[in-house]
Amino acid sequence: MADEKIVNPFRVLGNAPDPAAAPGSRGSESDEASLVEEVERGLLFTSVEKMVNWARANAIWPLGFGLACCAIEMMAIVGPRFDISRFGAEVFRASPRQADLMIVAGRVSVKMAPVLRQLYDQMPDPKWVISMGACASCGGVFNNYAIVQGVDKIVPVDVYIPGCPPRPEALIHGIMKLQEKILASRVELGPKARRKKGAA
Amino acid sequence: MAEPASGSAAPTATAPPPGAPEPARLSPERVEQRLRERFSEVPIERQMGEAVRDHTVYVPAEHLVEVCTFLRDDHELDFAMLSWVGGIDYLPRQPRFEVVYHLLSLRRNCRFVLKVRVPEEAPRVPTLIGVWPTANWHERETYDFYGITFEGHPDMTRILLPEAWVGWPLRKDSPLGYQEVSFTHNTPTRTVPAPDLTRLKPKKVRYRAH
Amino acid sequence: MTLNMGPQHPSTHGVLRVVLELDGETVVRAKPIIGYLHTGMEKQAEYKTYTQSIPQTDRMDYLAPLSNNLALCLAAEKLLGIEAPPRAQVVRVLLTELTRISAHCVWLGTHALDIGAMTVFFYCFREREKVLSIYDMVCGARMTASYFRVGGLASDIPEGLLERCRTFVDEMPAHVDEYETLLSKNPIWLARTQGVAPLSARDAVALGVTGPILRGSGVRWDLRKTQPYCGYDGYDFEVPVGANGDAYDRYMVRVNEMRQSTRIADQAIRRLQEMGPGDYRLRDYKYVLPSKEEVKTSMEALIHHFKIVAHGFFPPVGEAYATVEAPKGELGFYFVSDGTPRPWRMKVRAPSFVNLQSLATMVEGRLVADVITAIGSLDIVLGEIDR
Repeated sequence: MADEKIVNPFRVLGNAPDPAAAPGSRGSESDEASLVEEVERGLLFTSVEKMVNWARANAIWPLGFGLACCAIEMMAIVGPRFDISRFGAEVFRASPRQADLMIVAGRVSVKMAPVLRQLYDQMPDPKWVISMGACASCGGVFNNYAIVQGVDKIVPVDVYIPGCPPRPEALIHGIMKLQEKILASRVELGPKARRKKGAA
Repeated sequence: MAEPASGSAAPTATAPPPGAPEPARLSPERVEQRLRERFSEVPIERQMGEAVRDHTVYVPAEHLVEVCTFLRDDHELDFAMLSWVGGIDYLPRQPRFEVVYHLLSLRRNCRFVLKVRVPEEAPRVPTLIGVWPTANWHERETYDFYGITFEGHPDMTRILLPEAWVGWPLRKDSPLGYQEVSFTHNTPTRTVPAPDLTRLKPKKVRYRAH
Repeated sequence: MTLNMGPQHPSTHGVLRVVLELDGETVVRAKPIIGYLHTGMEKQAEYKTYTQSIPQTDRMDYLAPLSNNLALCLAAEKLLGIEAPPRAQVVRVLLTELTRISAHCVWLGTHALDIGAMTVFFYCFREREKVLSIYDMVCGARMTASYFRVGGLASDIPEGLLERCRTFVDEMPAHVDEYETLLSKNPIWLARTQGVAPLSARDAVALGVTGPILRGSGVRWDLRKTQPYCGYDGYDFEVPVGANGDAYDRYMVRVNEMRQSTRIADQAIRRLQEMGPGDYRLRDYKYVLPSKEEVKTSMEALIHHFKIVAHGFFPPVGEAYATVEAPKGELGFYFVSDGTPRPWRMKVRAPSFVNLQSLATMVEGRLVADVITAIGSLDIVLGEIDR
C-alpha cells in the first residue's frame, strides 16, 4: 500500500499522520499527538512579503479616472458581463486618497496633464498606474498640439494596454498582469528602516 | 413643422394678420429678399459658387447686430435659434478671416447662413450675445482658435485650450504640433541591445492570484 | 463659498469642471469650465482626407459613434452632391437607431447611478452589451465602429446580422418596461427629478439647446421629422415631447425615444429583408471605392481605386453643412473645401457644447444636489464638447 502523502499547497510542519499505522500504537501520547496534529494543520509558513503582496493584489481599488472613450469600456467591466468584482476591484474610489490603482483611461490633453499629476501625487503608496488604450500609452490617433504623447511623460506606468479602445477582456488581462507584478514585487521598507539601511 | 409651446414668443417687429393660415416652408431666397428690402443701403452680397450648398450671404460687421435682430424679431422670418458660430482662416487671401453664423427658424423650418469678413489687421466683430445668448461659448471658441475678438462679450477668454496658451492654433500659420515618434530608424544614436534569439525558451507564466 | 467640482469627479460624466458659488446649500452661480479633453480634432482634420477623419469622429461622442460617422458622411455627400443607395440608407437608419438605444442606455445607467439607483446601471449595461456585440459583428470593433463611408457603408452587412437585430428589437421593449418599473413611479426618483433643473421653452431656444432637452421643454423639434435625411420620412414613429422642462420630463422623453427607436429599427429590419441584396456603396467611382471584383477586372476601376486610396477624392470648391439628430441633439458637420482631398476647414457643431451652456440657467437658485441631477439630465459627453 503506497504511502499517500497529502500534498499541501502550503508548506506544513510535518506530514499528515500515516493512516496505515497500527491503531493503538499511540498510547498516552495520542492526545498530545492529535493536538500537535491539529495545530500543525492550522499553521502555514509563508513570508510577510508574500502575504502582503497577495492581499494587495486581490484587493486593488481603482481610482475612477475615466477621461474619454476608454472610460466607457472601463465602465463596461463594472457591468455584469465582464465582472471586475471577481478580482476584488469593483469599488472605484472617487477620492485619490483611498485608491491604489489609477487607470488612465483615455486621451490626456495638455490642460488635464497637471491635474493628472496632482491626483497621482495625492494617492498614497503603494500605488500603481495602468495606462489604458493607445492614447494614454503613446498619444494614439492624435499626434497634435493638444494631446500629451503618452501618459508616461507625466507619471510612471506599470502596465500598458494597447487598443482603441481595448476590449474589456484586454483590460482585465492588464489588471491580471498587474496582479502578477504585485505578487512578484518586493515589499518596501518603511521610512525608518530605509534610513537605517542607508537608502534614500 | 415645428410648433413652439407658449412662452417662446419673442417681441415681434411685425405682427401677423389675424386669422392667417399657417404659411408654407420659408425659402432662403425669400429671406434674402426681405433682407434686401429692409436694409437697402447695406451692401449684402450672396456667396456664389457651384458647390456652396447652403444659401449664404455676406454682411458687413457694422450692420451685423441690426440684421440679426431683424431676422430674429420679424414674424415672417422668426429665426429664433442661432445654431452655431464658427471661424474660417483663408490665408493667404485677404480679408483673412470669415466668421460664419448659422441661423435656424424653428417655426418656419428654414436655415440661413450669414458670413462676416474679418481683416487680419483688425480682427474684431460685434458680439451677438444680446440677440441670441447661445453665442456666448461659440464666440469664445472662435476667439480661442483664431484670435478674433468679439466686442461687448462679457468673458472673452479661452475656453478649450489652457488659459496660459500662447497662439491661435487653428490659424493656418500655426503648426499642428506633430511630434516625431522615435523608432530605431530615425534615432540612430540610441543603441538597442539585439535580442538573443539562440536560446529562446517560452516563459512559464504562473498565475498565483489565488 | 466657492466650491470646485473638479475635472475628476464620479458624476461629471467626463472631465468637466464646474465652479459653484454657494450660499449654504443654494447655488448662486455655476460656471462650467471645459477643455480638459480638447483633442484638436478640427485642426487635425485639415491634415487628413475626408475618409481618414471618419475614425476621429468615433472618438467625439463616444457613446454614439455611428451617429457621428453618419453626420460626417452626410456632410461630405452633400458637398459632393451624391447620395448613398437605398439599401445603404436603410442599414444606416437601423444602426443609427440601435446606437441611439445604446447611448440612452448609458445615459440612463449613469444618471440613475448618480442619483443613487445602482441596479439600473447594471441592467442598462447588460442591454448595451447586446448592441455592442451587434457592432462587433458588423465591423469588428465594439465601440469605435467607423462603419459608414462617404457614399455608403464600408462593407456589406454579414449574414446573421438581421436575425440578431430582430432578437434584440423583440426583447428591448420588455427591458425598457423594466427600467420604467424601477424608476418612473418611484417616489425617490420623482422627488429627485420632478421640478428639478427646469428650463423653459423660451430659454431653451434662446440658448440654442436641441435634442431631448428641447423636446422636454415642450418644443416639438426633431430633425428626423422636420429636415429628414437618410429616408427617415418613410418610417412611422412619434416624437415624444415633455411639458415642464424639468429633469423628469427629459427622462420620460429619452425613455420614450428608446421605444420609438425600437419601432424604427423593427421597420428597418423588415425593409431590409424585403429589399434583398443590393448595392451597399454608390457606384460613382470618382468619389467612392469600386468593389474588389471590378478592381481586379476593369482598368478604370483600378485607376479610380488607386487615386482614391492614394490621394483621396477631389470634391468641388465650396462648402456644405449637414445635420443629424444625434442622441444628444443636433450634430452637424461643416466642410469648407478648396478642391483638394483634404478639407480646408472642418467645423463640428456639437450638441453637448451648446447644451452645457444651459447648465447655469437650470441650476442657479437651486440646491447643490440638483447640480448632479442637472448634469445627468443634460446628457453631455465631454469628447464632443471639447473635440
